[in-house]
Amino acid sequence: MKIRNLTKTLVAALLAVPLVSGIANAYELTIPSFDYRTGPYAPNGIPFANGYGDYMNMLNARDGGINGTKLKLLPCETAYNTKRGVECYENVKNQGESGAVAIQPLSTGITYQLIPKASVDEIPIFSMGYGRTSAANGKIFPWVFNFPATYWSQATVFVQYIGEEEGGMDKLKGKKIALVYHNSAYGKEPIRTLESAAKKYGFEFMALPVDHPGQEQKATWLQIRKERPDWVLMWGWGVMNQVAIKEAASIRYPMDHFIGVWWSGSENDVLPAGEAADGYLSGAFHKPGDDFPAHRDIKKYLYDKGKGLGELDRIGEVLYNRGLVAAMWTSEAIRKAMEIHGTNEVTGKHVRDGFEALDVDEARLSELGLPDFTIPVKITCENHEGPGKAALQQWDAKKKQWIFVTDFYEPLRDITGPLIAEDSAQYAAENNVTARDCN
Amino acid sequence: MIYRETGQFKDSYSDDQALFPIAQDRYVIYAVLFVTFVVVPMLANEYWVNAILLPFLIYSLAALGLNILTGYCGQVSLGTGGFMAVGAFSVYKLMVAFPELGFIPLVIISGFITAAVGTLFGLPSLRIKGFYLAVATLAAQFFLVWLFNKVGWFVNYNATGMITSPPMTLFGVLITGPQAPPVAKYLLCATIVAIFALAAKNLARGRLGRNWMAIRDMDIAAELIGVRPLMAKLSAFAVSSFYIGMAGALYFAVWLGSAEPTEAFDINQSFLVLFMIIIGGLGSVLGSFLGAAFLVIMPILLKNIMVDGFGTNTALAAHIEIMTIGVLIIAFLIVEPHGLARLWRIAKEKMRLWPFPY
Repeated sequence: MKIRNLTKTLVAALLAVPLVSGIANAYELTIPSFDYRTGPYAPNGIPFANGYGDYMNMLNARDGGINGTKLKLLPCETAYNTKRGVECYENVKNQGESGAVAIQPLSTGITYQLIPKASVDEIPIFSMGYGRTSAANGKIFPWVFNFPATYWSQATVFVQYIGEEEGGMDKLKGKKIALVYHNSAYGKEPIRTLESAAKKYGFEFMALPVDHPGQEQKATWLQIRKERPDWVLMWGWGVMNQVAIKEAASIRYPMDHFIGVWWSGSENDVLPAGEAADGYLSGAFHKPGDDFPAHRDIKKYLYDKGKGLGELDRIGEVLYNRGLVAAMWTSEAIRKAMEIHGTNEVTGKHVRDGFEALDVDEARLSELGLPDFTIPVKITCENHEGPGKAALQQWDAKKKQWIFVTDFYEPLRDITGPLIAEDSAQYAAENNVTARDCN
Repeated sequence: MIYRETGQFKDSYSDDQALFPIAQDRYVIYAVLFVTFVVVPMLANEYWVNAILLPFLIYSLAALGLNILTGYCGQVSLGTGGFMAVGAFSVYKLMVAFPELGFIPLVIISGFITAAVGTLFGLPSLRIKGFYLAVATLAAQFFLVWLFNKVGWFVNYNATGMITSPPMTLFGVLITGPQAPPVAKYLLCATIVAIFALAAKNLARGRLGRNWMAIRDMDIAAELIGVRPLMAKLSAFAVSSFYIGMAGALYFAVWLGSAEPTEAFDINQSFLVLFMIIIGGLGSVLGSFLGAAFLVIMPILLKNIMVDGFGTNTALAAHIEIMTIGVLIIAFLIVEPHGLARLWRIAKEKMRLWPFPY
């Protein structure tokens, strides 16, 4: 009996040796994942990291990677802290044969840090719907992609929604719109856009900063109670979101006049306020829910085998899907890069070309098991923002569900266009960057 | 046996008053300088420079600055983050406005600007002491960060309030910006830190340093023997802020490359540097380096051992890291309340007696 076991083990070991060395030799694509599962932003960082990682792992389990090339997910904990982000970046960028093929920094601060480095290290940065808005100008920022829409586009979408609710854009005149924002580079992004919009449509704009981490907002909401703005917009993240929604509820601010950015619209943000959060609105560029074939595959190939990164019942939360859609676009860019360069052994340099030629339309989304999940995206050399469209979703506290309440709006490009040109020109001047030719 | 000054005769006053009177100490210093300037640049790769060596050197400089104020002069300060921000924003404004002056002069000028600001916030120290002074400097921390976040002029009216260091060269080699070779950045910081560490060592044993220590040990007694508290305290604030300002300038311009005031210079920064000097050793130049090494390298080391070595889940590793560092701090403070530098001193005493301890 013992001897038989021993032989079995030996045979297994012998069989395993070539297998192991075989795996070690195969070309793998290093996909870093900048997580934050600790710190004040963890409630939002965890579902995103799970969605991002699960999709990549599912591709490995279901298809053996992308075109047969395995993906190696490389998590690194940043705690949403720029200094740790630097360490993570240096740590991951040269790992594996491919080096990091694309970086999703998931923090505006870290994105700003990495933008100048990306072109030197030849690693594309995919700051999906965050980071530096003027990176939408592909002529100045060839290595940065911020599709499917930027903060500035989103701010103009909110203005349009408010206009519609008020009964026409001309009715905006004399209205008062407040912005409650995270007092950092991230939160300050929309201010200029909203100021331009205020000038154009004649509404009054007030900006109310909330300092990191955002647990203390009594003064801010006292001011809102005093000034009674007609609408309140919020650029928040992490624990700040929950606190703001609870504070809004406590001063009985009408929730359907309170709109959060798409980083302030997940289950984590509204659940603590309970029933009072009913009717709260937020921006969105993809659907919530787990009723898509891709989600079923994730459950089948990962969670049924106990390999999922998160909890089964949290699949399909807004931020989980946000991570998933980021992984989907990244993997499609890698696939595109393989197609363009005719090799499976792509590196960051190739994947940049993949991002720039990305074209995920409705038909492709259905093939990927995500029909009608998000907007079609087509990237060109000069436009790294893609469609720039956003919709609004509303929280139904009884059903505990986010529901899409509008179609996708086109952004007001007459407002964002000049601002993007101005800001990217300033960056180019400060850093001696010459615009590349896109024709 | 080896570490003993027997037979080293000094036949001039300058020999007797040398910075390192014992020959063995001098050899150690030469060896350290050799390693710093020759061996490390040959071996270090980009990860080592950007993730470990640069933060270590820059925090050492900041810790040195705070040690002058807190360790030598006994004035507790929680404004380090704010003063580092003054240095960073000064160097940013200067780099944009006067790039032709060259980087090192700009860093030194930002040090002087910070010294002026530090002296201003040091004024209350003449009336208030101990914990109350800590609160006053805490106000400096919050006020300065608020100021840089609020006033657009400091960030050249950047929409997001971020400052980015423009590329600058020294002897034709890039030293700031992403294209700068890591070794150049390292050598620049190492040179500045080495020069100012020696300067600090010299200051501390001179008249100024003795004034500071007299004030620290008992201010009334110091006043009675003729030390002017006004000059002593304000000079400590000025010199300390000068160091911290230079550290802030390097921290932003060389290491991070871009920064926003609220995150890069928040209150945690002040606590971090304070912990460095407490763990390293109050009133010791060596202690500033040991403390900075402990708090910069230890978390990265723990992380790499757990995540890369054992494949621990990153979140679990981060939590264990926080707990381990906390436990280590407490353990060190119990075993040796005077910091790592004191351990080194004990080791030296033992070495002098070895192999015949009595």
